[in-house]
Amino acid sequence: MEHKWDGDLVELNNPLPNWWVKLFWITLVFSAVYLVLYPGLGSFKGVLGWTSWGQYDQEVSDAKAKYDPVFDKFMGQPVEQLAASGEAHDMGQRLFLTYCAQCHGSDAHGARGFPNLTDKDWLYGGDGETIQASISNGRSGMMPPMGAAVGGEQGTKEVANYVLSLSGSPHDAQLAATGKEKFVACAACHGEDGKGNQMMGAPNLTDNTWLYGGSEATIIETITKGRNGHMPAQLQALGEAKVHILAAYVYGLGGGTPKQAEPEAAAPAMEEAPATPMAQ
Amino acid sequence: MEATTYNYKIVRQFAIMTVVWGIVGMLVGVLIATQLIWPDLTHGISWLSYGRLRPLHTNAVIFGFGGTAMFATIYYVVQRTCHVRLFAEKLATFTFWGWQAIIVLAALTLVMGYTTSKEYAELEWPIDILIAVVWVAFAIVFFGTLIKRKTPHIYVANWFFGGYILTIAILHIVNSAEVPIAFFGGSWMKSYSAYAGVHDAMVQWWYGHNAVGFFLTTAFLGMMYYFIPKQAGRPIYSYRLSIVHFWALNFTYMWAGPHHLQYSALPDWAQSLGMVFSLVLLAPSWGGMMNGIMTLSGAWHKLRTDPILKFLVTALSFYGMSTFEGPMMSIKTVNALSHYTEWTIGHVHSGALGWVAMISIGSMYYLIPRLFGRDEMYSMKLVTTHFWVATIGVVLYIAAMWIAGVAQGLMWRASNPDGTLTYGFAQVLNQMYPFYTVRLLGGLLFFSGMLIMAYNVVKTISVGKAVNDAPIPAPAHA
Repeated sequence: MEHKWDGDLVELNNPLPNWWVKLFWITLVFSAVYLVLYPGLGSFKGVLGWTSWGQYDQEVSDAKAKYDPVFDKFMGQPVEQLAASGEAHDMGQRLFLTYCAQCHGSDAHGARGFPNLTDKDWLYGGDGETIQASISNGRSGMMPPMGAAVGGEQGTKEVANYVLSLSGSPHDAQLAATGKEKFVACAACHGEDGKGNQMMGAPNLTDNTWLYGGSEATIIETITKGRNGHMPAQLQALGEAKVHILAAYVYGLGGGTPKQAEPEAAAPAMEEAPATPMAQ
Repeated sequence: MEATTYNYKIVRQFAIMTVVWGIVGMLVGVLIATQLIWPDLTHGISWLSYGRLRPLHTNAVIFGFGGTAMFATIYYVVQRTCHVRLFAEKLATFTFWGWQAIIVLAALTLVMGYTTSKEYAELEWPIDILIAVVWVAFAIVFFGTLIKRKTPHIYVANWFFGGYILTIAILHIVNSAEVPIAFFGGSWMKSYSAYAGVHDAMVQWWYGHNAVGFFLTTAFLGMMYYFIPKQAGRPIYSYRLSIVHFWALNFTYMWAGPHHLQYSALPDWAQSLGMVFSLVLLAPSWGGMMNGIMTLSGAWHKLRTDPILKFLVTALSFYGMSTFEGPMMSIKTVNALSHYTEWTIGHVHSGALGWVAMISIGSMYYLIPRLFGRDEMYSMKLVTTHFWVATIGVVLYIAAMWIAGVAQGLMWRASNPDGTLTYGFAQVLNQMYPFYTVRLLGGLLFFSGMLIMAYNVVKTISVGKAVNDAPIPAPAHA
């Protein structure tokens, strides 16, 4: 070429490399064929009728056909009994690591705001049936802000010290004494003795196990701002058989408690238990 | 009276800032690579948290380092290949200070936690407006210079620069359309995209992929078309090839964005189209690589002794490699394995470090001595050292991320006979630590290369003298 730029910049005009032109054509032909077979040209569906939904549904139904029997075979055994099965334990652990460990931790020891599943301290109950219900339907542990109800900043501090005294934690005895009277506002859920109420998931305050923390400052924060713990329901995503195995796994982590006989004056059934009692 | 000298001052300003932003951006990269190994490294200080530093890293290297290198070389190349002084020089000065302000503002706002959360477009609306204004000024300077050129034909590098400037303007303005929530009683420093849901995702990745395709490709191909023939002293291999791959590349890149959204809520047809155009992109991309490499015909021996040419040609090799890898990763079945894994990080860095950084560094080593009246850098030995340190760094980085990514993808999908996943997320993460360590090492090497460069540049400046009277020669053929 006769053009010249910046002193010495010139261009040759070699033909396009043959292999390069072929490569270009191969990709073009492949693309044309692909767009005939698969969706790609607007509303044209492609002759194979492939859709990502279809692929998903197919894979899910294949997996169901293959794996459902593996899980279903445990359905007949109650959770408490299943917890002793080594095979169910291993499967439960794998499910747990996939679906539960994000919040409760790989070792199920929980984290701040996420319950430890290996101890005997249960918010809603540690028998097989209740654990399974918690996993299936999820839980909403809602404590409303109580600052005003216990008498503002000073009242909150007093109640916090009373709460600390319930578990024998270090506290200011004088504040705790005045706080005791104001605890009435809390007793509706946590009980007069502060031992909580599993019907509504109100934690036991006397056992020195803390979901959000047991320092005076944290308890004051809890009372002032309230808490809103949420465990999502798993039944729809996992299906009954997997939830059942998970319940057995969690039961077997060490904290499972055999079902206790219902007291005479049975509390309302789980479904009727108000999730947000104070909002009423 | 018509100017008889080139404007080197603006080129010099941008060239020096290229080194500065390169060091800053890569230092932040090294820091976040370290955080991935030791998450508590910065003691939970929110300003130094991974989530804020990661966009700072990408913005600093892409727009700080890459953008500044591109300004420097474009202002140099467009003047010299048009045989005229820059058009609207005051506007050019404005682009320098405006662009530096944008990067500083980006650094400040990102660490303070202001973000639109759109990748590579994280900056909030006031900065977006500033970018648009600077960019329009840039376009006026560039196209004005092109219009008053003394050569009958437009040199190939300038086609790429022109295509790049136009496209980035469109991409930036369309993708950054956003509404400050202040209009609804919220903060003045937060905005939401003008698009919703899957439209937002599609616009974002149309932009995001072309940030790679234009910001990090066409501008740097333009660089390649000037600095390789200059440094090799050889003519461009094929004018014809440059035309074909220029148009094919520009046309095809625009459509490839949806491959970032394979197996997502994006309609199937858009996903397929994105994949198909990504595959078609292979040949146009390789056209540029071939034209650059074949330009070395008859000058291959120079590669043995000339570290600048080493940088430029190695950059092209990485360009060829990542533009092969990209189309492969866009194929749905491959993408199902590679997406969300470290493989993507490896792919990006083989492009960003191997191609963009290497071609920029090579070009700077050509440019900087000429801006300071020297024949070559203060120490060519250090340029060679830089080349090897950088190359080993890139190779360690991408090899580690490839292995990590494929392992990660395979472990995520591995299942037991009962269909449950074999590995929990944390177990897979645990396997990543050795690779993260190798990556850190690679990043550190690449970063130290930049420090060597900075030393060499300072020395070159101190023994040289700023050139402000480079004469404009008459074009060879009128």
